[in-house]
Formats: sequence, structure tokens, C-alpha cells
Amino acid sequence: MLRACLRGANATARNNCRRNPLTSVQHCRHYTAGETSGATKVVAAGLLTVSSGIGGTILYAKWDHKFRAAVEKNVPYSDLLFSLALGPSSQEGLPIKKQTELAQPPSMMDKQVKASKAKSEKKVKEAAESPAKESSPATTQPAQSIEEASVEATHIISAIGEVPSVPAPCDTESAAVKEECKECHDHKDTPVTAVVHPNTESPVAMEPLKERPVEEVAARLAQQDQEEQDILASVSASLEESLASSAKTTLQAIGAQEAALQAITQHTHKLKEAMEAEVPPQEKSAQWKDLEAALANRTCAMNDASTALLKANETLGSLKSVIDKSKGLNIAAVHPLVLAAEENLHNMIVDLDKVVTKVQSAESEAKIVSQYSELVNEAKQQFQREVSSLTPEIQANWKGLTGKLSADDLNALIAHAHRRIDQLNRELAEQRVREQIHIDAALEQQKLEDQKALEKAVNTTLQHVKEEARLEQERKLGELREVMEAEMRTQLRRQAAAHTDHVQDVLKVQEHELRAEAEQVLSSKMLEQETRYRQLNQEQLDNFTLDMNTAYARLKGMEEAIDSHVVAEEEARKAHQLWLSVEALNYTLKTTDSDLPTIPLKSAAEAVRDSCHDNDFALALASALPEESLHRGVYSEASLRARFNSLRSLARRVALIDESHNSLYQYFLSYLQAALLFEDEQKAPPTQLSREDLDPFKLLSYASYCLEHGDLELAAKLVNQLRGETRRVVEDWLTEARLTLETRQVVSLLSAYANAVGLGTTQAP
Amino acid sequence: MAEEHGRKWDRCLADTAVKTVTGLGVGIVFSVLLFKRRTWPVAFGSGLGVGMGYTNCQNDFRLPYLIHGRMVKVKEQS
Repeated sequence: MLRACLRGANATARNNCRRNPLTSVQHCRHYTAGETSGATKVVAAGLLTVSSGIGGTILYAKWDHKFRAAVEKNVPYSDLLFSLALGPSSQEGLPIKKQTELAQPPSMMDKQVKASKAKSEKKVKEAAESPAKESSPATTQPAQSIEEASVEATHIISAIGEVPSVPAPCDTESAAVKEECKECHDHKDTPVTAVVHPNTESPVAMEPLKERPVEEVAARLAQQDQEEQDILASVSASLEESLASSAKTTLQAIGAQEAALQAITQHTHKLKEAMEAEVPPQEKSAQWKDLEAALANRTCAMNDASTALLKANETLGSLKSVIDKSKGLNIAAVHPLVLAAEENLHNMIVDLDKVVTKVQSAESEAKIVSQYSELVNEAKQQFQREVSSLTPEIQANWKGLTGKLSADDLNALIAHAHRRIDQLNRELAEQRVREQIHIDAALEQQKLEDQKALEKAVNTTLQHVKEEARLEQERKLGELREVMEAEMRTQLRRQAAAHTDHVQDVLKVQEHELRAEAEQVLSSKMLEQETRYRQLNQEQLDNFTLDMNTAYARLKGMEEAIDSHVVAEEEARKAHQLWLSVEALNYTLKTTDSDLPTIPLKSAAEAVRDSCHDNDFALALASALPEESLHRGVYSEASLRARFNSLRSLARRVALIDESHNSLYQYFLSYLQAALLFEDEQKAPPTQLSREDLDPFKLLSYASYCLEHGDLELAAKLVNQLRGETRRVVEDWLTEARLTLETRQVVSLLSAYANAVGLGTTQAP
Repeated sequence: MAEEHGRKWDRCLADTAVKTVTGLGVGIVFSVLLFKRRTWPVAFGSGLGVGMGYTNCQNDFRLPYLIHGRMVKVKEQS
């Protein structure tokens, strides 16, 4: 696009000027003489295209970020321009967007959770407000509550799992029991508290519940037991009471009935006696009195018996009600009591019934006997009437009339008696005839009565049997229950025994473990103590030894110091001597005129050698002095400097001459070069010589500089780099310089050594 | 060593001068005697003298660089 713009600009420029090179603006000006604004037109067009190009680039960059990035990368300051025009590039905005996006999902999740909670709360509120909609929230609520209960149960289970406990199976049972209890609690609690309380409270609430159920269950069990006991006691008391009362009344009734029976039998007996026995009339009245008394007795007894029976029935009824009530309580321990009471009741009822039947039979017998007696009485009375009708003067007591009666009366009586006998015979015959019918009727009646009685007896016996069977069944049930309970007890006992065994084992193991642990701890502590004691001992010993050692070392040190003092004194003296001789040697170096060498160093060297005849280093150094210096002496630096300056011009003159170039023509050229070439008088040498620096002129100027600055060594080094004829020319100077340097080095070493030795031997004040 | 250079030059120049003059003289003599007073023997003689002197000078200056080599036949090791 830029290229297109450029092309366009060019084209416009070309169109403007009709010239290819822009340099020919002058021609353009000549051509279009009138239009002096051609250049301005070009400039304006160029500016326009440039600005349009820039604007287009910016717009496109705004639309296409990759293009913007590419332009920013390639064109140096375009990023500034873009930031000015468009603001910061969107790559910076992207991470922010991503962060916001990332932040959004968790917040959305929270919102969802909160919404669900709010929804559940709302549901609860709705449930609270509108009972009509209770069904659905209630279903959700129990579901929720069950869910939450399960959640809480898992919490609890996990909490239980975290709590350390003795690993015994009974614990799991108890834990299961606990869980069950807790779940019961939860199921009781959650419908009330699930939605309102946050989950964080539930673990806290669960924790006290964790403690409570055991106690509560135990308490409840105890309470239940207590209640049972109470109920049992009360029931047993009531049962006993009622049993006692009923027994008493029954016994009373039975007694009364028996008495009545007795009375009846007595009466009957008496009656029979009275009927049948032929007794004198005096006794008869007594008999009849007795009979009456017996009758009265009997009636009394009968009344008593009936009342007693009523009472007994009442009490039995109450007992039955009590038994039923206690049966309704449905407690296991009550059953045997109830059973016993029922049995007693049954027995009493049976006895009572028996007695009653006895009494009834006796009564029936008595009735028969009384009927018989009545008949007899009636017959007697009729006879009496008859006799009285016949013989009205005759007394009632006709048995005593044998002496008083007349023959007529007797005949009448006999006739009456005959008639009566005839009547009776006729009646007898009639009776005999009707005997069968009567007997049949009587049999029928008797049969009916018998049947009734039989039915009654059968019913009663059936009832009794049923009752007995029921009682038997209950007894058997009770027995079975007892057996089951006994079995259960044995099983539980076995389980308990197993549990106790297990607990014992576990306790033993724990004991072992704890013992081992304790022993370990003990042993470790003991070991620690011992080691500490030993350590302290050792420390003491060490300290003592250390002190002794230090004292001994100090003593030794002091002795050595004293010895070394002597040695040091000697050394110091020697060092002084050496130093003096070296100084003398040094001085000889300085005794030089400008151009003459120094005096020969031989004597000074001898002196040095003498003063250090036992020091190898100094000896070596002293013998390292070059022979020339010893015999002839060395030149001073100043003389060498002066010589060099005079040598320099010669060296310059023969700069071009070497092994291969040494004709006279080369000499001429070399002279010409020396005449024409100008270099610095002195130039500081670089730290590293390069190939260009090996030019003789440069080297000479470096060497001059070095010499002027007193660095003979570097000057010699630099001069050593000369080659060819120049080298030959300065060879002598170089050797002299070398000699001087060597001597000076040795002397400086010696003096340094002497100084060092002297410093070493000087005693600090 | 520097003095030697000067000495050499002195010697050289002196030698060249002497040779040139000598050559000149011999040339003159020969010119006069044999070559009918032509100039060329004079030039020749002086040139000869200069040349000899130049060469001597050159050789004198080259002296340190001259290597006297000898041919040593290497016996083949059998």
C-alpha cells in the first residue's frame, strides 16, 4: 500500500513535471514559466499522499491488529503514533478480558450456589406461608433434609473417622448405633433446622450431639428400664392386690358356697330324715325345728353364698380388667405375672364354677328332696284333712291316737284307708299306665334339662378348656420367650464374653505397646542423660587438657621466643651488614660520569659476598652480577639516554637497510626517507604493539619517550624490536643497556632482600 | 657501532674518490696515449673508478650480511 502511494506520488510528480528525475526542477521551471508553483504543487501532492498513506495505515491498523503489530515491529516509531491515534494496542486488553472472564465463572458459580440457597430458602418460606403447597416443598424439603442429613451424616462419619478410637468391633457397632442415633436425631432435627442453619453450624451442632446420644441412649434406656420397673411394680402390685382380693373373695365365695352346700346337704339330709325316719312326736318337733333352723341356715348360707359369689365375680371382673389393662401395656416382664394372674383367675373361676355347680346340683337335689317333702307334706296334709274330715276330733298327731279312737272311727278310718288304698291303687295303675309317658316326658324333660346342663357344662368346660388352652399357649409362649430370652442372653453373654476377650487382647496389646513406648522413652531419656553426663565430663577433661596445652605451649613459645631473640639478634646483625654492603654496591652504581662507566663493582660485590656467606639467595644474586659490570662497570641511564639520542638519527637513516635491501641505492633511498619522514620526537608506546608499531621510526619515538620517562627497560625492549641495519647500529647500545639493566636488577633485588631481611629482623618496640 | 657506519662512509667515499681520480688518470693516460685524446676513455676510466668505488662501498656495507656458503654433499645414508 505504501508502495502504491509512493508510485502514485511519483506519478503525480511526473505528471506535474513530465520529468523523471526530481532534480531537474529547474527545467520544469523553464518549461512552465508561468506556473512558478510547480514545486509547491509537487510538495503539496507529496504531503497529501504521505498523509493519506499514514491515515490509511492508521485506519487499517485500527481494523486489523496483526497489521498493526507488523507495522509496529518493522517501522521504528509507529507504535508511538498508533498509541497516540488509537490508544494502547488491544493485546494489552486481552489479558484483562481473560481475567474478567476467569473471574466471572467462579462468581457465576457462587451466584448459582447463592441462587440455589435462596431458592431453597424461598421454598421454605413458601412452605411456611402457604400450607397448600406443602406437599411439593415438603417433598423437596425431606429430600433436601435427607440430602443434607446424608451430607451431615457423611460429615459426622468423617469426623468420627478422624477421631482416634480403640480398634474393636464393638466400637463399630456402637458407632453404628451412634450413627443410627445421630441419623435419628438428624432426621428429627433437619426438618426444623436444615434450611435455616448454614452447614457450618451443623458440624458444630453435631459435635455435642456426638456426645449426647450415648448418654441419652443410656439415659433413655435407663429411663425406659425405670419406667418398666415402675410399671412392672405397679402392675404387679395391682395384680397382686386384685389377685389377693379376688382370691379372698373367691375363697370367701367358695367357703360360702361350701357352707351353703353344707347347709343344703344338711338340710336335705335333715329333711330326708324328717321325711323318712320314724321318730316320736317330741323329737319330731325338734326335728322340724332343726329342719327349720337348717332351712334358715340354708337360706342364710345361700344368701351369703350368692353375695359372696357376686362379690367374687365382681373382683374377678376387676382382676380381668386389670389383667387386660396390664396386657395392653405390652411390656415383656409383665407377661409372666399376667400369665400367672390369668391362671389364678382361671383357677378361681373354675373352682368357683365347680362349687357353684356343686351347689346347684345340691340345690337341685335339695329341690327334689324338698319337692318330695312337699309332696309328702301335701299328701300328709291331704290325709290329715281327709282324716280330719272323717274324724274331725282326731288330732293332727294321729300316730298317738291309737288308744283314743273308736271302732267307727277306726272303721271309717279303715274304710277311708281302703278307699284311699283303692284310689291309690287306681292312681298307681294310672300312674303305671302313664308311667311310660310320664317317664318319657320326664326323660324328655330330663334330657332337655340334661342337654341344657350338658350344653352349659360343655360351654363352661369348653370355655375352661379354651381358657386353659390359651393359658397353656400363653404359658408356652412365655416359656418360649423365656427360652429365647435365655438363649439371647447366652448369645449376648457370649458376645459380651468375646468382646471382653477382644478388649482384653486389645488392652494387652496396647499395654505392650505403651510399655514398649514408655520403656523406649525412658531408655532414650536415660541415654540422653548419660550422654550429657559423659559429654560434660569430656568437656571438663577437654577444657583442662586445653588449658594445660595452652600453658605448655605458651611456655614453649616463651622459651622459643627467648631463644629466637638471640638468633634474631645475630640475624639482625648479619642483615645489617648485608644491607650496608648492598647500600655500598648501590652507591657504586651511582658513581658515574655522564659518558664514562661506573667504577668496577668488583669490590662492592666482594663485600656483599662476604657479608652473606651463609645466605644462598644473596650469594646467588651476588654471583649473578655480570662480569662486565664487575670488571668494567656499567653505564648510567643518562649516558645511555644521550647516546641513544645521537644514535637515533643514524638509525633513522639506515631504516630501509636489511639483509636483502642493502645496496647503495637502498642507502640513498633510506637517507631520503629519513630526510622526508617526520615522526613524533617522543610518542607514548601503546600497551600492546601491533604490526604497524614495528616501524623503526615509531619504535624509536617510543623508545625516546620511554627513555625520557626513565623506563630503560621498556626502551630496551622496544629497541630490541628493530631489525636489519638499524638493529646492527643500535646493537652496542642495546648490550650496554642490557648490562645496566641486569646490574641494576641484581642490585635492586639484593637491596630489596637486604631490606626485607632487615625489616624481618627488626624487633618491634 | 654508530661510528663504524661513519667510518665506513668515510672509507667508502675516500675509496671512491681515489678510484675515480685514478680511473680518470688512467683514462686520461689511455686517451692521450692510445685513443687520440678522445673523451670516452676518460669517461670510461672515471666511470670505471666510480663503479669500482661504488661496488667496494656497497660490498663494504653489505659485509655483515654476506653469507659464505659452502656446498656440502650429503652422503646418502645406505
